[in-house]
Amino acid sequence: MKPKLSDLYNRLKKRGLTSQQDQKMRLELEYTGTHDLPEDTPPGAGSKSGTSGSRDIYAFHDLTYLQGMTAMRSTPTVSIRSIDELLKRDKQREKDGFPRKINVGRLIKPGKSGKDKIVIVPSTVEEKFLHDTSFKTDEDQSNGGSGDGEEGDVIGEQPVREQDGQEGEGPGQGEGGQHEMESNAYDLGRILTEQFELPNLKDKGKKRSLTRYTYDLTDKHRGFGQLLDKKATLRKIVETNIHLGNLPDTGSIDPARFLISPNDLVYRILSREKDYESQALVFFLRDYSGSMAGKSTALVVAQHVMVYSWLLYQYAMQVETRFILHDTEAKEVPDFYTYYNSKVAGGTQVSSAYRLVNEIVEVENLARDYNIYIFHGTDGDDWDTDGKESIPELKKMMTFANRVGITIAEHTTTAGHNTEVEKYLKKSALLEDKPNLLRLDVMQEDANEARLIEGIKHLISE
Amino acid sequence: MELIDQHTKKIMEGCKRRALDAGLQFQDETLEYIVSNRDLLELSPKVMIPTLYDYWVHDVEVLKEKGRYELYPSNPYETVINTRPAISFYNDNNPDWMNVMIFYHVLAHIDFFQNNLYFRHTWDYDFTGSALSDKRMIAKLRSEKGHWLDYIIEFSRGVDNLVGYHDELSRLNRPARTNQSKKLDFYFDVFLQSNKKVKITEYIKEVKRYNDCIQHSKELGEKVFFSEVLKKHPEFDTIFNKKLKEKTDQKLDLLQYLMTHSEFLAKEKNNWMKPVMEVVRKTSLFFQPQIRTKIMNEGWASYWHETLFLQDDRIEGHEVDFARTHSGVTSMPRVGLNPYALGMRLFYYIEQLVDKGKYSIGFKQISDAKKREQFDAQTGQGKDFIFKLRDNFNDFMFINTFVDQDFVNQYKLFVAGRRLNQTKGVWEYYVQSRSADSYRQMLLDTLYHPPYIEIDQDKSKNSDLYLVHRFEGKPLVKEFIANTMLGIEYLWGAPVRLETSEVIQAAPVQARIPIPGLTMPLDEDPSAKELKWQRVVYTMKDRKLSKENI
Repeated sequence: MKPKLSDLYNRLKKRGLTSQQDQKMRLELEYTGTHDLPEDTPPGAGSKSGTSGSRDIYAFHDLTYLQGMTAMRSTPTVSIRSIDELLKRDKQREKDGFPRKINVGRLIKPGKSGKDKIVIVPSTVEEKFLHDTSFKTDEDQSNGGSGDGEEGDVIGEQPVREQDGQEGEGPGQGEGGQHEMESNAYDLGRILTEQFELPNLKDKGKKRSLTRYTYDLTDKHRGFGQLLDKKATLRKIVETNIHLGNLPDTGSIDPARFLISPNDLVYRILSREKDYESQALVFFLRDYSGSMAGKSTALVVAQHVMVYSWLLYQYAMQVETRFILHDTEAKEVPDFYTYYNSKVAGGTQVSSAYRLVNEIVEVENLARDYNIYIFHGTDGDDWDTDGKESIPELKKMMTFANRVGITIAEHTTTAGHNTEVEKYLKKSALLEDKPNLLRLDVMQEDANEARLIEGIKHLISE
Repeated sequence: MELIDQHTKKIMEGCKRRALDAGLQFQDETLEYIVSNRDLLELSPKVMIPTLYDYWVHDVEVLKEKGRYELYPSNPYETVINTRPAISFYNDNNPDWMNVMIFYHVLAHIDFFQNNLYFRHTWDYDFTGSALSDKRMIAKLRSEKGHWLDYIIEFSRGVDNLVGYHDELSRLNRPARTNQSKKLDFYFDVFLQSNKKVKITEYIKEVKRYNDCIQHSKELGEKVFFSEVLKKHPEFDTIFNKKLKEKTDQKLDLLQYLMTHSEFLAKEKNNWMKPVMEVVRKTSLFFQPQIRTKIMNEGWASYWHETLFLQDDRIEGHEVDFARTHSGVTSMPRVGLNPYALGMRLFYYIEQLVDKGKYSIGFKQISDAKKREQFDAQTGQGKDFIFKLRDNFNDFMFINTFVDQDFVNQYKLFVAGRRLNQTKGVWEYYVQSRSADSYRQMLLDTLYHPPYIEIDQDKSKNSDLYLVHRFEGKPLVKEFIANTMLGIEYLWGAPVRLETSEVIQAAPVQARIPIPGLTMPLDEDPSAKELKWQRVVYTMKDRKLSKENI
């Protein structure tokens, strides 16, 4: 146990904790696992409860198994067109009174370079009456095997976490493989705005003009100026001399005989250039404490990607992002990749992240120049159980932010709008007082994509 | 897609000759195509049928987490399709020796398609041909009806796993009619046994009485016999007539039932929907046998490509290449199942079983282990016998009949279990059982088995449709019920009910730290393991789903 953390824990304990809180904190403190997600599994893919399919006899096909062929992946350009078509079709479904069928779900694949690299896989499912085998526990699922070993012998081990990445391994890979397309976040933002009817921002120019001017020797001027443009000047002189009939033979030109008018001299002068600056600044805050393992993280990150994409579209690419992770302490990370993939740390103190945002904004004087958005994702746990520290920081944040959106991905086991963060937020009455500035979205950790988008609508609507 | 070149075709023809000599039977014409990856991209969503109708879902990545193979009971990457002539697909850079192996594999598949009785309904026509005309019809309708056509395809596909495949087969494989009248059959087979539940002595008395009547007068005997029956059971005629009527109705599967009885579809303006539904139904029926004979089919093909390749005089010098590829395909995995390996071993096992005369009552009565081992009647019937299996068996019968303890021992098979080791944070795989019974059961559990859902006409009142899911120890996938029923309601044009069973579980109320990828509660509560079942009725009315317990 880290000394700092245990310090904090002991202090909190002295202040008095219920046994339940105590148990929760201890669990987080002693948790040694990680919850970085397997790289290849896009979050939001849902639970893979029925793992029996991974080595099913029906996963073997002659072409892939016998001849070793794999299906080609579709190209991005083809897919983006079809995404539009599919979404149009989906919209039509709604008009006709049937539920939507396309998920733009499985989204994120942050690469180390370029943070707006996003994977959109349009997916759907054909519903049928099927037997559900997943009602049994995972242990009941047995498989075939061959070789030596007495009954009861352990013949192999497999890390629990890797389970997610199992799909598509081994033979039959082509079939499980995704037909991914890479698109950028801007496209996703457009799709979200257009197809899922996320609202457009009404007033984007709240802050003062967001253009800045730089000066550069780009304009040309005749007669005087800072720098003679020799090439342009010579051209002009030749032109003048042709007009004057001073150039009888283009085959042999004698520059010494040129007549030069003062007007022929072309100079470059300093000029004002508009330099567009980002209009919006988004802070993404993520709780990466022990309790955030697995789905809650995936959910929060998926939602943040969509929010980011939407803002990117709204502000015509002029969006800057800052990423902050917090457990009991907050730290800023440089890119989405780190934000997404960072491993689990210790306990939870929401206030630390809020404080860091306030500091950054203050030190860098950001409030003056930007529309600031802050989105925070957590599972609702907070060691600061009554928000004594969080609420003041939150209030401060709301003085400069355009919108603060808090997402709570509740664990299914503790479901029922019962998390600390939610409780103290409600108690503070900030939600009712300033509905324009602060929004809260509470969902279950197994929420689907539709629910996510619903949540975003709520977080960002006017 | 282009045909293989003449050189390769010549190899194929050579393979055909050798395969036919070895006893395989198939139509002589076949088509072989070279496919590129790009072709596969288009073919695989259409389950390798180039002429299958267009449907938008084919263009989308389909989520497969739940009941992946139950949803798609066909092989998206099959090398050979069951058409006339049979069409097969090849990589363009296969070396000759490998093509020889694959050709034998393909020919054995074709032999299986064209001889196994579970494919009986696909024998009399060419599926690609009929699919092409269907595709054109659907394209034409799409130009007229627009996206409504796709809804009909979608809703029909929603229930296409419930097609009456076995009814279709039984219609085709009906045993020769007996000379006796239906009435007589009904009286002795159903009425006396099920309705009256008479004692055996009485039953035999009746048989004797009938025989007496017939002996007395060949023409009038039956009439006389039944006049006596009516005296004893005056209700017999009404029951028999009622049964006659019921029988004709019950043969319909859900799609057929909708097509015949739906008032919505009977309307003039909706008439165009029926042929679309029929196309979906026909397509589904076509693919049904494939998934029910996967182990046999692959086993059969592997058996023959091994046998024939090793006898082939053209491949000298490539034995090692073959051995490497072949053993890769047909090796038993340490954990997991491989239909090629399992099926092939079963065929070999059965062949030597019958060759030694061990598939007999005489052998089964021997309990002395040594005698069992040394038993050899040298019947030489093994080959004939596996050909018979190829004609008459499907995966279920194949496994259920022949996976016995000797087989399991011979190939060192076992059921692999998986359990969580919490301290290490790993799943442990362990040898759970080496008994043939559990191995067989494990295999049977992995076989494709769609739910059995029938129409209850007694409960279908006021134009409602009442469906009953016959409970077989598994619930239906809950998330899918709503949309599937929505489709049925649309096609039926009135409310639809579905009776099924669900698990009631007391969720463990315990705070826990979830481990990613782990869906099981950490603290095992033994009482939570016991499942309680509740019969429920879902109602889809005006596109809204409701549920009640019964």
